Amino acid sequence: MDRAATAEKIAALIEPFNKKGVAISDATTFAGDLEFDSLTVMDFVAAIEDDFDIIITMNQQAEIENYGQLVDAVVKLQG
Amino acid sequence: MTDLFSKFDPLIETRRALLATGVTDPFNLVMERVVSPTVAMCNGRETILLGTYNYMGMTFDPDVIEAGKQALDDFGSGTTGSRVLNGTYAGHRAVEEALKEFYAMDHAMVFSTGYQANLGIISTIAGKGDYIVLDIDSHASIWDGCKMGDAEVVPFKHNDIEAMEKRLKRIPEGAGKLVVLEGVYSMLGDIAPLKDMIRIAKENGAMVLVDEAHSMGFIGPNGRGVAEDQGCLDDVDFVIGTFSKSVGTVGGFCVSNHPKFEIMRLVCRPYVFTASLPPSVVATAATSIRKLMHGSNKRTHLWENSKTLHKGLRDAGFTLGTETPQSAIIAVIMPDLERGAAMWEALLREGLYVNLARPPATPANMTLLRCSLCAEHSAEQVQTILGMFERAGKAVGIID
Repeated sequence: MDRAATAEKIAALIEPFNKKGVAISDATTFAGDLEFDSLTVMDFVAAIEDDFDIIITMNQQAEIENYGQLVDAVVKLQG
Repeated sequence: MTDLFSKFDPLIETRRALLATGVTDPFNLVMERVVSPTVAMCNGRETILLGTYNYMGMTFDPDVIEAGKQALDDFGSGTTGSRVLNGTYAGHRAVEEALKEFYAMDHAMVFSTGYQANLGIISTIAGKGDYIVLDIDSHASIWDGCKMGDAEVVPFKHNDIEAMEKRLKRIPEGAGKLVVLEGVYSMLGDIAPLKDMIRIAKENGAMVLVDEAHSMGFIGPNGRGVAEDQGCLDDVDFVIGTFSKSVGTVGGFCVSNHPKFEIMRLVCRPYVFTASLPPSVVATAATSIRKLMHGSNKRTHLWENSKTLHKGLRDAGFTLGTETPQSAIIAVIMPDLERGAAMWEALLREGLYVNLARPPATPANMTLLRCSLCAEHSAEQVQTILGMFERAGKAVGIID
């Protein structure tokens, strides 16, 4: 799946977690802008993992701070 | 200069605001005198202990105390050395023998604390390129073991068998896999569906480590823990445990049937690079473990206590962490930290000590009053405790 299609799927997946309706760009951060706590992160990561049938390990998550980095990581993880 | 402590400012502020309400600092209590496994003097008041994990009440067992005194006389106050150098005394071997018998396993390795047992075993056996699959509600020592090692870390939703299985199946072919579970989760006192989880872990080629810190001595026909109770202990590769709960002293251990297990003593850094337990501690632990093998009457009484407290608190209108009593831990869920601290203080004034647990140690950012029962709590004490909870709960407005 290319970046655009991946981004579109992730945009749909993030919606229920974006409770404040923050406008999302590649630079949007999960901890800062979206105010995700650790539980939200777990549920959101699980939703992405299940949808794309991938694993995003804690080690990889540590490198992902913003939305653009997440999309890039998911593109890469799909191989 | 950047103040390295500025990262703690939010916590300092939370603490300041809490104490500004006039509440007693819940994290600064001093036990002035300890009368028995269930009673201590706090702020000059006789206080029932309901938050000490002293499940089997072994801390004042006469045989245990005598063994400790004898070891002090015979071996001195400390070993001043690592287990692999000058720190292995006869008592360290003896306690490892007691553990092997207790669990009916081939190998036992004793660490200076339970924290170090998890830290050491997990970080050492799961290396670069391996995968650790663990429950998101795992204890801090498990997480720290993951962080210290070089393995890939994959958490799954608490006790969610399907979430665990999906993640196991996505791990690349040929990679080493370690599934880390706990028998009893200490925050809510709930147990894991180990039988199904371990079966699935094995089907997917994973080794299994189970932390039985909060079940040893109490759960299972021989007190070996939740895995024994569910009939799947034989499929557990590594059991982690502690001496600081049912055993009644301090120390940690790993027992295993892995044929190469003994190599751990040379490669596990939290085992090698620290001083071993004092002779008196290993002597009390060995004596206590051997007595726990014959503790079935105490186990029965502890279950009675747990059931009575769980039902009484529910009937009084408190919200509890589990629908049914599953262990010797009963967690009472508080609406927020302020009222949790107020309730904690009201209980202390009544003469009852429980643990106040707050985020980030708790799941779902809950504030909990965690009660851990002891086999030495009398039936009367449990009724007294229920009365204290009811009065304090009404005074603070937690129940009607």
